[in-house]
Amino acid sequence: MDNNITNNEKNLSLNLVKTIYIRYVITFAALLIIYAILMFLVNQGIISDYILRLMKQIGIFLIAALGLNLILGFTGQFTMGHAAFMSIGAYGSAIMTKNFNMPFPISLLVGIILAAILAALIGYPILRLKGDYLAICTLGFGEIVKVLIQNIDYVGGARGISAIPTKTSFLMVFLSAALCYAILKNLINSSKGRAIMSVREDEIAAEAMGINSTKYKMISFIIGSSMAGLAGGLYAHFNTFIDPASFNFAKSIELITYVVLGGMGSLSGTVLGTTILIYLPESLRGLSDVIKDYRMLIYALLLVIMMIFRPQGILGTREISVANIKKFITKFRNPSLKNIEENEKVGE
Amino acid sequence: MSTLLQQIVNGICLGSVYALIAIGYTMVYGIIKLINFAHCDIYMVGAFTGYFAATVLGFGFLPCLLFSMISCAVIGMLIERIAYKPLRNSPKVTLLITTMGMELLLQNFVKTDFVAGPNTRNFPQVIPLVSYKLGAITISNLQLIALAVTILLCIILQFIVNKTRTGRAMRATSYDRDAAALMGININRVISLTFALGSALAATAGVLVGMLYPRLEPAMGVMPGLKSFVAAVLGGIGVIPGAMFGGIAMGLIETLSKVYINSGLSDAIAFSILIIILIVKPTGLFGKKDNVKV
Repeated sequence: MDNNITNNEKNLSLNLVKTIYIRYVITFAALLIIYAILMFLVNQGIISDYILRLMKQIGIFLIAALGLNLILGFTGQFTMGHAAFMSIGAYGSAIMTKNFNMPFPISLLVGIILAAILAALIGYPILRLKGDYLAICTLGFGEIVKVLIQNIDYVGGARGISAIPTKTSFLMVFLSAALCYAILKNLINSSKGRAIMSVREDEIAAEAMGINSTKYKMISFIIGSSMAGLAGGLYAHFNTFIDPASFNFAKSIELITYVVLGGMGSLSGTVLGTTILIYLPESLRGLSDVIKDYRMLIYALLLVIMMIFRPQGILGTREISVANIKKFITKFRNPSLKNIEENEKVGE
Repeated sequence: MSTLLQQIVNGICLGSVYALIAIGYTMVYGIIKLINFAHCDIYMVGAFTGYFAATVLGFGFLPCLLFSMISCAVIGMLIERIAYKPLRNSPKVTLLITTMGMELLLQNFVKTDFVAGPNTRNFPQVIPLVSYKLGAITISNLQLIALAVTILLCIILQFIVNKTRTGRAMRATSYDRDAAALMGININRVISLTFALGSALAATAGVLVGMLYPRLEPAMGVMPGLKSFVAAVLGGIGVIPGAMFGGIAMGLIETLSKVYINSGLSDAIAFSILIIILIVKPTGLFGKKDNVKV
């Protein structure tokens, strides 16, 4: 009898492992196909170099925004100094490639590690603060980093670093973004991820349940910030020029708008929000002369209108996934199901 | 010694401007617990309406100031009604993004060609500059006017908040909004009024800065905005006398650190002080601690 049960359990866990691996393979294949299609389109000249550059930019900021979404959307800690970690990563990796002739992956790694160390150092004292106070503190921290870099001559001061070798390929950006997405998705669906989300929902209740809230806040802060460091390193080798002013308060705010517009606590929402918000000002540029002059005005107006009419962001906390699309289609086909589900909700 | 005294005078004048902006931040925060990032651009709009009144309409100093105050009060109220009111019960981050959106909107609106254009403008001399020598220190009449206007407005504001019926309603609302509503206070009116008062003070700061340092540009509000926000936190956000004190302290810290430590690092020093204060005493110097209810 006992033997039977253990056998069953073994089968179950074996099946689980199998399905997980199959899922990984499918995801990897899907990514490969997407990349192949994109490259094919680029080779055929359907996607111009300009759009490719824009896509790289979207990918880079997506990495930073995903990291921010972990801190802001999943852990509920309001940070306004995310661009500072980007600048640390950018400066760290740029100096590594320029002054020490390190290979690109190693210099990226140095940027990530520097950002993570700084996040650990600054996170420990300030993550005890709550809500607006945390926001103010991280804001101040971001400004301090900017001013300090401006005053260190070794890194170029206010002039910044120019003539960084171009090393960021589209493949690199694509893979890093996919990797970050996968890391976050797996983290959130693990027990650690549930703990992180419980801190967001109610910190006191989470502590009462035996969750060490400081620990989980630190975990998410460090992971999120190191993603910003990675994005910064990629950005430095993409733009070939960085200066302290390009990672100022306004950049942090921009990253927050990407996350909030897409929906806090939704990874696919962040992808959507980043794509829309980077593409929108660029697409307005191409329309006509009248709109070109007022594109930032239109952008700001759209942002405010969007916030008023859909405050939870485009996706809210929902995700775009195969299962959800299937559910949506079945609901669309037989609307009676929808009624049942709604009734269930009322019943709850 | 004389440089120290001179810098203290300059610091107090600069600080009085910060105090005026900081009061707006602190009042809005006290009532609806919102960091209104668009506030620094109200200050910018105030400077530009003052410029408009002085050049196009040819007003003198006082009418110019009044014109700017009234128009900014109206703009502040409109922004609150249109953009913030529908979001009052939504998550705080959304509201913050909206204030940032409003900030971008105001900045880019002023930047467009039919308003002011992207170039810097010079504020006209509404009052001719006269410098007085008091022993070793020099003080201009503009600095004296700025200081006098600030002190006068602070006294008026204290009177409104502490002695009038409306002020009592404001205090009640900031203490507990729902309970105040149950007691028959018209919350929407009180919030509108708070925005109007805060915006009028920011407009005053704009006109005064326009007189003291006559360079106007659409992005001029960002740095003073951040610093006066720090000032508001320093004094304890939500406390009006705290904001006044914090503003003066910020002005002094900035000018003194510029002269005695390093002009490039003065911003970093200001923000480090902010972080240290927040870690040691998160509610600011004058703030009251509120207990978390489970």
